[in-house]
Amino acid sequence: MSSLSITSHTPNHDPKPVVYALTAFTFLTVGLLLFLPLVAVFAEAFSKGPSVFWETFRDPVTQNSILLTLKVAVVAVPLNTIFGMAAAWAVTRFTFTGRRFLISLIELPLWVSPVIGGLLYTLIFGLQGWLGRSLEEHDIQIIFAYPGLVLATIFVTFPFVARVLIPLMESLGQAEEEAAVTLGARGWQVFFRITLPRIKIGLFYGIILCNARAMGEFGAVSVVSGHIRNQTCTMPLQIEILHSEYQFAHAFALASVLSLLGILTLLLKVYLEGQASRRLPIEIPERRRHRDPATPLP
Amino acid sequence: MSIRVENISKVFERFPALNGVSLEVKEGDLLALLGPSGSGKTTLLRIIAGLEFPGRDGGKVFLDGREVTWESAYARRAGFVFQHYALFNHMTVGENIAFGLRVRPRNTRPPEAQIRRKVSELLTMVQLPGLEDRFPTQLSGGQRQRIALARALAVEPKILLLDEPFGALDAKVRKELRKWLREFHDRTGLTTIFVTHDQDEAFELADHVVILHEGKIQQSGTPKEITSSPANTFVSDFLGFNDS
Repeated sequence: MSSLSITSHTPNHDPKPVVYALTAFTFLTVGLLLFLPLVAVFAEAFSKGPSVFWETFRDPVTQNSILLTLKVAVVAVPLNTIFGMAAAWAVTRFTFTGRRFLISLIELPLWVSPVIGGLLYTLIFGLQGWLGRSLEEHDIQIIFAYPGLVLATIFVTFPFVARVLIPLMESLGQAEEEAAVTLGARGWQVFFRITLPRIKIGLFYGIILCNARAMGEFGAVSVVSGHIRNQTCTMPLQIEILHSEYQFAHAFALASVLSLLGILTLLLKVYLEGQASRRLPIEIPERRRHRDPATPLP
Repeated sequence: MSIRVENISKVFERFPALNGVSLEVKEGDLLALLGPSGSGKTTLLRIIAGLEFPGRDGGKVFLDGREVTWESAYARRAGFVFQHYALFNHMTVGENIAFGLRVRPRNTRPPEAQIRRKVSELLTMVQLPGLEDRFPTQLSGGQRQRIALARALAVEPKILLLDEPFGALDAKVRKELRKWLREFHDRTGLTTIFVTHDQDEAFELADHVVILHEGKIQQSGTPKEITSSPANTFVSDFLGFNDS
């Protein structure tokens, strides 16, 4: 990169001032609203020197919040991965009534506020909720406990893997799977030898996004957690507690860990997108265009 | 292996793809299913392969006199070649061809050395020797289709089903492959059905031609029988006899 250059690709060749103004505006907004705060998080984290920064992570309560976040993600992410693959397989490989509706329904957690997700679980499993009484009789606690945190996290991250896989598997079609079957491959051989290698980049992409969201979730988790310190506070909740107690340096130190996770996810995402665009075979759209109208859509 | 299809019907979301189709292919025959797009010819081929199933009370499929209507494609193991090759792009050409042998259960799987020998023999047979380590995306359309054929033949199928095998290729390659397929069939005597919408291809290549339209057989017979006496106006229109 030797010099700065901007070129316009619009059909009517927008005049230079427009090109520069729009580009500058975008840079300015992204810089002021996204990049600067991110830098501020790290600056604030080290504002009282590295010793205070490291001290944050020696506090056992903070350590527990990090551990709890990992414990929630390690259950929620694999479950949503399995669900996402099953759902993508079902809606792209089978035809049934309500298929379109099901696809929309999977995305429901993206439309509603995470707080509502948390409230729904409180309504079902809470002490005053539908199942509250019988759960208490069996001495099972879900709300204000680890299972509730996992459920709330699953709710919020539910669509992530499925959302990536459904359009991917739809565009890939299933001729290769059919070919494998005619060659004598069994269902699991088709899945592991043909399907999985073809979707693995997309799958990994979905998993890292799901994980980033699972570890960073605040709203839904906040409702079901009850904020019991050292027991049901995940990293984002612990950050809020530290912040509200005016322990700014500690709050930002912990926040910087979460930010780092976000940056790492972003970098991985960019890398995977590069991989995917290089690997995708060129004749995919053609295959769909030449489809015999007598054969059903996948 | 002979193929018999009895009174097959299939409906896709209220639109009938096949409507009471019966046909018989004798051992060693080369049969063309000819018809315009949407005539149901690909659906019929897929039902014979076991990739699609007829509707309830939708007829029967027999291979060598044995009913296989509800057997899976896995059990039938008909060699199937797809219009757009359906090669496994994440595997080399050699791995593609060896796939059908490597997925066999251990007790029937040939030893690795034998698999390699078989792959190299098949590549020689389709006139692409030594391409084992290439990837499908590095090959031309005609080469890919021959690799797809070699892959289908690796499992030694008793019947060969080709779905518009030359449909995605340019005119010159089509002609060459057409000639090559006829020679290949004469050499092996493998019972073969191929689907096409190109009448020249059907009449030049096949022993018998079946003309399909709107899910029904309009006429079947040798190329000579059909061209000398078209059964109805659809056939004569389709063959272009009324164009002048």
